[in-house]
Amino acid sequence: MNMQPDAAAAADRSLVIRNLTKEYRAGQPVLKGISVTIEGRGVTAIIGPSGTGKSTLIRCINRLVDPTAGEILFQGSDLAKLSGVELRQARRRIGMVFQEYNLVERLSVIENLLCGRLGYVPWWRTLTRRFPDEDVAHAFELLDAVGLGDFATRRADALSGGQRQRVGIARAIMQNPDVILADEPTSSLDPKTSVEIMEILDRLAGERGIPVVVNIHNVDLAKRFASRIIGMARGTIAFDGPPDALTEAHLIDIYGGEGWLE
Amino acid sequence: MTPARTRRDAFPVNWTARALWLALVVYCVYAAQILQITWSRFVIGMDQGATFLARMWPPNFGPQKLDLIIQGMLESLQIAFLSTAAGILLALPLGLLAARNLMPSPVCWGARGLIALCRTFHPVIVSILFVKAVGFGALAGVLALVVATLGFVGKLFAEAIEEISMKQVEAVRATGASFASVLIMAVVPQVMARFVGFGIYQLDSNLRNSTMVGIVGGGGIGATLFTAYQRFDYDVVLAILIVIIALILLFELISTQIRKVFQ
Amino acid sequence: MSSPNSLPAGPAGKEVRRWTRFTPAERVGRSLVYLAAVIAIIWSVKTIEVIPEFLYDAPAQTLDLFARMWPFDWAFWPKVVDGLIETLHTATLGTILSIILAVPIALLAARNITRSVALNSIAHVLLVSSRSVNSLIWALLFVAIFGPGALAGTLAIAFRSIGFVGKLLAEAIEEAQKGPIEALTAAGAPPFAILTKGYWPQVEPSFWSVALFRWDINVRESAVLGLVGAGGIGVALDAAINNLYWDQAGLVLATIFAVIVATEIVTSSIRSRIIQ
Repeated sequence: MNMQPDAAAAADRSLVIRNLTKEYRAGQPVLKGISVTIEGRGVTAIIGPSGTGKSTLIRCINRLVDPTAGEILFQGSDLAKLSGVELRQARRRIGMVFQEYNLVERLSVIENLLCGRLGYVPWWRTLTRRFPDEDVAHAFELLDAVGLGDFATRRADALSGGQRQRVGIARAIMQNPDVILADEPTSSLDPKTSVEIMEILDRLAGERGIPVVVNIHNVDLAKRFASRIIGMARGTIAFDGPPDALTEAHLIDIYGGEGWLE
Repeated sequence: MTPARTRRDAFPVNWTARALWLALVVYCVYAAQILQITWSRFVIGMDQGATFLARMWPPNFGPQKLDLIIQGMLESLQIAFLSTAAGILLALPLGLLAARNLMPSPVCWGARGLIALCRTFHPVIVSILFVKAVGFGALAGVLALVVATLGFVGKLFAEAIEEISMKQVEAVRATGASFASVLIMAVVPQVMARFVGFGIYQLDSNLRNSTMVGIVGGGGIGATLFTAYQRFDYDVVLAILIVIIALILLFELISTQIRKVFQ
Repeated sequence: MSSPNSLPAGPAGKEVRRWTRFTPAERVGRSLVYLAAVIAIIWSVKTIEVIPEFLYDAPAQTLDLFARMWPFDWAFWPKVVDGLIETLHTATLGTILSIILAVPIALLAARNITRSVALNSIAHVLLVSSRSVNSLIWALLFVAIFGPGALAGTLAIAFRSIGFVGKLLAEAIEEAQKGPIEALTAAGAPPFAILTKGYWPQVEPSFWSVALFRWDINVRESAVLGLVGAGGIGVALDAAINNLYWDQAGLVLATIFAVIVATEIVTSSIRSRIIQ
């Protein structure tokens, strides 16, 4: 595996989803046979109304939610069929950023970052917090990169929302992943902070050539940062193309009605 | 309509409540009768109580008695330490197995059943059974209090684990961490402070209970106290009671400090 | 960096920053507690007397014990029922009495009601004393005063429960909101009215839950008081064990088990219905 974002790596970082179906209750599918290929580069934004299965789709990829049927091909294996050690090994390659940051509140910022290395560090070293020196050094660099260099030993519950989400992003990058999933990363933040967070996510992932799949409510943010937009409605894909191709007609199709556009 | 009725009362009479209070009084009288608690017995008792208290005072801290008390108290302390340590070590995995948010439900029900069983019988009854099984002495007391600890702390541990935020667990799980690592980094930080609190509480409670298991042969200061009681050495009994209360007050002070360390 | 999963190396020449979880002071504090715990345990293990022969024999003895308990001696049943009724009344009456005694002490212990450190401390010592002395030991004392029987048991239950009820009640009172109290004080309400109309409505939910919780505990406790002669089903258990009639003891234990399961169901259903 090569660390440089060249074509070979990009191919290795692509996700192929085929006929993905998820039913929380039998007979009421939330995802109705989604098929999409996400190339191994750039930011892909998924937009769509609440409850349309955006979050479910993202969570199926790293199996926080188990799909009912379908395939998710990533680096030569079908994520939908993995379990146990294989699933954990696949998850190490997939970073995730959450809407409510999901930091371990009572741990320090640096410990939260080091959580990103848990897939590689044996549990007895985790117990005594003896993480490899290069992991710790890298964590400090990432903290500097997200502008939280002085917060390393603060407890996560002492941070503001924007600061927490920066830690969340740094934790995902700590995994040195081949794809980052971001589930509504800005929905709990104010507009200005939302832009900052998207900039950081875009910059850190871009520098490392890590593709990002992001669920996002805010269409403007999606257009500004994504190179590809996937519009979801009613459990299916209603739009798929570059931001420029997204017209008002598409938005009406995705969200329904039109009063909200004015 | 009379004027009195039209007046709105800020605190209207609650007839149901009054009826319930009356029922309570009637019950007390009835129960006292069943238990043969009568005023005359109480008065006679008061007379005896005066002699009893007179024989208690002053507490006997004579050198020989003091030696016995210290020995008994040390044994009680040992019983409390051992039963708390062993009980908590066993309660940690049991509490985890009983937590419905981390374990599959058949495992949970098994663990919950075991915890409930440990809680059902009073430590004294459990002591009696252990005295029969392993003979008189401190070991029986330790085992009985281990069972009590399992029942009490196991339940509290399970409840504390069930109250954690699963979002934090989910995030750590998503990094590809093993189950052990998820426990260490996502579950333990959320429950550690409460576990320390439960552990200290249980040590306190085992210390108090260790004074009792001796009465049925489980060792400790309870045995010393019971012997003194049976020999009508009430002044020694009072001395022992004073030592127990002092020790528990002292322990309250220490536990506040321990809690601070683990904040 | 040969492993594909290791991280890219940091900029060359930059000092590697290290991180430890605790500050030195924190580490000393924790180490001291751990050290104390280890010493206490080692000391206990070394001093406690264990007779190995008894220990090897334990499983056989336990099995023998259960074998002797079955089948139950149903001829003993009437005595068990009498004891059971006495136990339930002892627990209930003891709980009521303890509440009557605990309320004034709780008021003295609550710092927002009694503004005297001396009185607070006295109340606190009273509460701790009540809790420190085990119910069985309270029972011994009351048996010495009033003679064997349920009177001693009821008083033992009551005195033991004062500490528990009083402590929780005092905490509930201290947590009461100041607003309504200040409003009543401002309106010139007399102290008793402030207690009944200001504090009571706020304390009432925890009062009932404490009472119910303690009653639940007291049913368990009063079942064993008979072992020292303080009445109830424990007297039957004591007699059976002293005579080595294990088939009778088994019946008593099974009855206690059933009653405790029943009280657990009753209290949890009341709790979920009334106290929310």
